[in-house]
Amino acid sequence: MKLLNVFLATSALTLFASQANAVDLEFYFPVAVGGAAADTIQSLTEEYMANNEGVKIDAIYTGSYADTTTKAITAVRGGNAPQLIISLSTDMYTFIDEDMIVAWDNYLTEDEQKNWIGGFYPAFMANSQTEGKTWGIPFQRSTPVLYWNKEAFKAAGLDPEKGPANWAEMVEMGKKLTVKDASGNVTQWGVHIPSSGFPSWLWTGIVAGNGGLLADDTGKNVNFNSDAAVGALEALVSLSSKDGVMAPGILDWGGTPKAFFEGQAAMIWTTTGNLTNVRTNAPFDFGVGFLPGLKQNGAPTGGGNFYLLKGSTDEELQAAADFVKWATAPEQAAKWTIATGYVAPRPDVWETETMKDYVKGFPQALVARDQLDYAVAELSTFEGPKVTQLLNSALESAITGQKSPKEALDGAQAEADAILKAYH
Amino acid sequence: MNSRNWIYAWLMLLPAFVFLIAFTHLPAVTTLIDSFFTTAKGRRAAAFTGLGNYQKMLGDPIFVKAMVNSAIYAAITIPASIALSLAMALLVHRSFRGVSLMRMAFFTPTVLPLIAVANIWLFFYAPGFGLIDQIRLYFGLPSANYVGQPDTALYAVAAVTIWKEAGFFMIFFLAALQTIPQSLREAAAIEGCGRWTFFRRVTLPLIMPTTLFVSVNAVINAFRLVDHVFVMTKGGPDSATMLLLYYIFETGFRFWDTAYAAALTVVLIAILSVVGIGQFFLADRRVHYK
Repeated sequence: MKLLNVFLATSALTLFASQANAVDLEFYFPVAVGGAAADTIQSLTEEYMANNEGVKIDAIYTGSYADTTTKAITAVRGGNAPQLIISLSTDMYTFIDEDMIVAWDNYLTEDEQKNWIGGFYPAFMANSQTEGKTWGIPFQRSTPVLYWNKEAFKAAGLDPEKGPANWAEMVEMGKKLTVKDASGNVTQWGVHIPSSGFPSWLWTGIVAGNGGLLADDTGKNVNFNSDAAVGALEALVSLSSKDGVMAPGILDWGGTPKAFFEGQAAMIWTTTGNLTNVRTNAPFDFGVGFLPGLKQNGAPTGGGNFYLLKGSTDEELQAAADFVKWATAPEQAAKWTIATGYVAPRPDVWETETMKDYVKGFPQALVARDQLDYAVAELSTFEGPKVTQLLNSALESAITGQKSPKEALDGAQAEADAILKAYH
Repeated sequence: MNSRNWIYAWLMLLPAFVFLIAFTHLPAVTTLIDSFFTTAKGRRAAAFTGLGNYQKMLGDPIFVKAMVNSAIYAAITIPASIALSLAMALLVHRSFRGVSLMRMAFFTPTVLPLIAVANIWLFFYAPGFGLIDQIRLYFGLPSANYVGQPDTALYAVAAVTIWKEAGFFMIFFLAALQTIPQSLREAAAIEGCGRWTFFRRVTLPLIMPTTLFVSVNAVINAFRLVDHVFVMTKGGPDSATMLLLYYIFETGFRFWDTAYAAALTVVLIAILSVVGIGQFFLADRRVHYK
């Protein structure tokens, strides 16, 4: 009898405890930049749990973006999906194709649809919406910018306070900035646009600057060999082959900041994620500007979105959505931006006192924000990794001079069409 | 008593069996089965295609490229790493001041993780400020971008493998060299035999078992070691460094075409089995075990 009492008491206690922790959530997140990203996510979830009794969030660090996607797909196939993940915005079509994500629309009121979803920069939403629904919420997003070495500008007789405003100016300045030694070997290149692994990212920006777009918002059509695209690739290839302002061949991403610090390149293109790195390590004054465009300003966006995964109850997914609403609210997003260097995804974040203080001491951070007005979606389609890879191969073959830009892009277009035919 | 021993034996073996079956044999069988089906997507179930995935390979230019690259890569790294490791072993199989320091220096690359090594080499190769380019520049040669050009990238990657592997193989050769009795050397000296003849007629035959072991390992590594490809080139530029195993990874875990990746895996395992078994049969006649 006594034993039974104890049993009843314990089960009542467990029941009570599990009611207090009504919702258990799992949340996978990757870290793609140095710094305190993982700690910040942890402290954000803890702060949320402290203020919201009944919600328990287990934030699980899952490695790189690719690892996170792999783990999420494996978890879904194993019937053990987390409720929430952060992964590449360009994986949206892959996730839809795997039938593993749900649209946010079901978990938002009409007012939130308008004011919350509507409050993100349109450039970031371009990679987050399709089929009339919102599938991703921008969080750790970035965009590439141009960094220039003010001392090198001074040495070349250029105004150190003014970076190139367009492509022609960049080439012209690049010629003055390219320095050769007595035997004719280059000791300092004018421009350095990294192209290893994924040249398509920066090239998307050049195409946008030439008035072209690589894909539409259905994820089923690409436009790799338009005049704007071919022109953009010709301009990129010419930097080494005709203008002589950039080192030939494929240039490594990892070595790009180093080439800048060592004075091997006077202007570099790289992500805003490197701002803190350059600020800490450059032994000279540097400027930050928009990517110079052929006809107009243009840049791609990059980085990760929040996704809601299928396989949980509506109640759990609602709780996950509520957490994301809180995490992207101005005060939290400002904290996140300052800790990591990612571009704050909403205009109202920049209005907070925290952000205002931050940019006062670091005005370069504003360049990335202002460039968002001209930014376009990063290339994203169904079978995205495959399509992007074949475009990367085509770009590499043109950059290394094995194929002409037109020939390479025509080939890539035909291959991509063949892959995407299954989705029409 | 006897039957109880059997029970003990099976119980002892059980943990190993469970792990071997769960993580090696079962996956191998399912891989083979999967290779005859199409990839299941969320909205489409897998369908039987027979040899469809294998047919697809024949018309896949990147697969063909990966096969050719893997062959070149193996043809370079296997003999080069064996020759280099044997040379290093002969060099440090003597006693002189600082010999242990030298052995340690040769062995160090083995201890370093390949990912770290690849990152270091990336900076050796970096155009402009890299170690190799600084040497070239010193001699007035123009800057070179080894990993960034399709005609040199594969060799640049192969060099890292050789550098990494040679120290490990050296240890085996060194151990083998130390088992050669001193009396043979003395006998040869009395017969008036030169160093080269001694090496060719005595040393080389006696270390043949080790050479076979090392060469089997080198063959496996030539297909297995691709960590540095992830860091250095990601298979680029334009698939110039696309190796078979890297292509399997890319197909399986980046393109999520798991069925095609399974078929590629079967091909890789078939190649490795044929080469491995062939090596033992071919070399058997020339290997003298004691």
